[in-house]
Amino acid sequence: MSETISANPDQKLPKDLAAEKGMVNVQIDGTWHQFPKGTRMIEAARQAGQILPHYCYHPKLSSPGSCRMCLVQMGMPPRPAPGTDPAYGDDGYQQINWMPRPVIACANTVAENMGIRTTGDIVESCRKGVMEFLLINHPLDCPICDQAGECRLQENSVSYGKGQSRFVDTKVKKPKNVDIGPRIRLDDERCIMCSRCIRFMDEVAGDPVLGFTQRGTHTTLTVHPDRLLDSNYSLNTADICPVGALTSNDFRFQMRVWFLKETPTIDVNCGTGTNITVWTRGNTVHRITPRQNDDVNSCWMPDSHRLNFHFIDDKTRFTEPLVKEDAQHLPTDWKSSLDTLAAKLKGADGSTTAIIASGRMTNEELFLTKQLAETLGTQHLSLVPRTGEDDGMLVAADRNPNTTGAKLILGTEDPFAKLDSIRDGVRSGTIKNLLVLGEDIITDAGFHFNDLAKLDLLVQSHTSANPTALAANLVLPAAAFTEKRGSMVNLTGRIQRLNRATEMPLDARDDWEIIRDITLAVTGAKKDTFLIEDVFKQLAAAVPEFADLNLSRIGDTGKPILDTGYQIPLLTNERARKAAGEITG
Amino acid sequence: MAVVKVKRPKLGFGEKIYLGALAKGFLITLKHALKSLAGKSIGADSLKSSGMGVTMQFPETRWDDQLPEYYRGAPTLVTDEQGRERCVSCQLCEFICPPKAIKIKPGEIPTDDPWAKVEKRPQEFDIDMTRCIYCGMCEEVCPEQAIYLRKDYLITGLSRAAMVHDKKKLYEIGGVRTGLVNKWNELK
Repeated sequence: MSETISANPDQKLPKDLAAEKGMVNVQIDGTWHQFPKGTRMIEAARQAGQILPHYCYHPKLSSPGSCRMCLVQMGMPPRPAPGTDPAYGDDGYQQINWMPRPVIACANTVAENMGIRTTGDIVESCRKGVMEFLLINHPLDCPICDQAGECRLQENSVSYGKGQSRFVDTKVKKPKNVDIGPRIRLDDERCIMCSRCIRFMDEVAGDPVLGFTQRGTHTTLTVHPDRLLDSNYSLNTADICPVGALTSNDFRFQMRVWFLKETPTIDVNCGTGTNITVWTRGNTVHRITPRQNDDVNSCWMPDSHRLNFHFIDDKTRFTEPLVKEDAQHLPTDWKSSLDTLAAKLKGADGSTTAIIASGRMTNEELFLTKQLAETLGTQHLSLVPRTGEDDGMLVAADRNPNTTGAKLILGTEDPFAKLDSIRDGVRSGTIKNLLVLGEDIITDAGFHFNDLAKLDLLVQSHTSANPTALAANLVLPAAAFTEKRGSMVNLTGRIQRLNRATEMPLDARDDWEIIRDITLAVTGAKKDTFLIEDVFKQLAAAVPEFADLNLSRIGDTGKPILDTGYQIPLLTNERARKAAGEITG
Repeated sequence: MAVVKVKRPKLGFGEKIYLGALAKGFLITLKHALKSLAGKSIGADSLKSSGMGVTMQFPETRWDDQLPEYYRGAPTLVTDEQGRERCVSCQLCEFICPPKAIKIKPGEIPTDDPWAKVEKRPQEFDIDMTRCIYCGMCEEVCPEQAIYLRKDYLITGLSRAAMVHDKKKLYEIGGVRTGLVNKWNELK
């Protein structure tokens, strides 16, 4: 902020004070601020509380300055004539000479004693003029456009639009409803040529398939003739498109965005733990978008993870406990299913019982699972490993979202180690009772249906119909990741929080409650834990890494609790580009 | 502003016992009763009297031709001269509807349809007439001139389900409306 000085010539001038800190003094709308050298004017204005309208500028991408929407008026001190010293006013600043023409704020950096006016006649009329030009060929598509409601063009039309068109000629027609990729639809008439998508595909996704063809008013966004926009990151282009030119096929015409409620939570498809926003209406998830977290996923997320939510609303969801009678699964209630379970497990020898848990479980669930194993007196507790290919960006090779948490809570470096011995035990018949929590062991863990038929008791808790459930004596309906609260630790050792966006279907229950109730049914103790916060409290008391934390303290962007040394490749890349000055964010 | 104190009027004895005023009222009533017996009620014709007094015998006799232009009856969907369903399911009416009577499921127009360029139309469009308050906001907010309040006011049904107007019923009541803005033509 500004620092006033007296007329004392010994006192340092504001420019010297700022220079000592590597900062410069900038006057924005009449108030002096200090910013680090090299800050873009648009970022400086944002920090001063003025969000300048813009289309092409994105902090994570290079700045081409193509939309001209962020025009501001700029002023600099006069250049002193040779042999004269600059004149400083009473406040220690030089006089600002305002330029008669505007400059773009997104690609210019701030300088010492610079003045920026984000309002005023010149700036307002520039914005109005730019808006009128952008809307010349824009179709009247808003009622059918998926972007309506979150469209920058709509927002700025309200502030700077004319309300009617002075354009008397025929609008330029361009291709509409173009199929440019499996997940993205292009409408060229809506495009305002900001080139965000082109720069994203080139600079972040590393698959430069998009580009402009033609010139002037006929400029058209196109995909390379021999290629499709089929990158696993293609849906991010729809996110950053400020208008409705690129829209998602999956979300196309599903729901208007103004009906949707946003819930910040995290993705559970791999160890990165991408921060996401779940968009729901009523109890239906309509879409998932990435949420900015510069320590995890920047502003992006892979399509494969983003679209993996349709099972939540599917007909195959379990909605009530099922018990197998005469090779047929019949619906039952929780009390009788837990009683059956307890009756079989109570007398059983611990060594004949095994638990297969999941790396997709939250810390709280894993903690309760460990307690359950201790209650049953079994050493046979394992998670199911889930690996895939590391794509060098955001998708990690470890597809379990909470492997790090499992290592901490179960107190072992390899929580998957005992899976083989459990499988052998089931085959040889030494293991008689098997509890499978949140996993499909036939598909993912190499079990065979005939192996499972040998068991006395097979209990599975899962969200949807699966092959293991066919063999199970008891199937318990569990919650999907948008229906849970809890915490997970990602591969870099950052604890992050899942928030509940939707309610569970019918009689399904949260996983931690299922595990708690199984434990209680076996011990016969009275229920004393009712809140997931209390489970976290017990966890924090038991595992030192979680001490001093609780679910609300984790916050929406998480807290680092451990240094695993793992680097998210996309962030390494982004930091290098930032250091090189290519991007500002 | 100055406060004006209003004085209560002073009532005489006759006014205080109000028997005179009571008798006056009875006489007026009797006058009208006799008039209606003679078939001479005031305004009987304009109020569509069915004989005795001014009472209209609804539903045998209807008021329909007297409804003003701006009468707000059942909300309906309309088609235009070209037979195109005007609604593009932008869901603004669903958003604005104060009692949440409107429910729309948007859908895509198949590419082989003559109006494929419009891209979007409702798959399902339900208006729950037990909820509708006939406020006309849906008509006002519609950017496509697709929803209009018609003069139908006799909305009856034997069950709640029967009171929900689906897309077919809405187009049936709405019919064709001509002279609307046509922004989806070839030139656009």
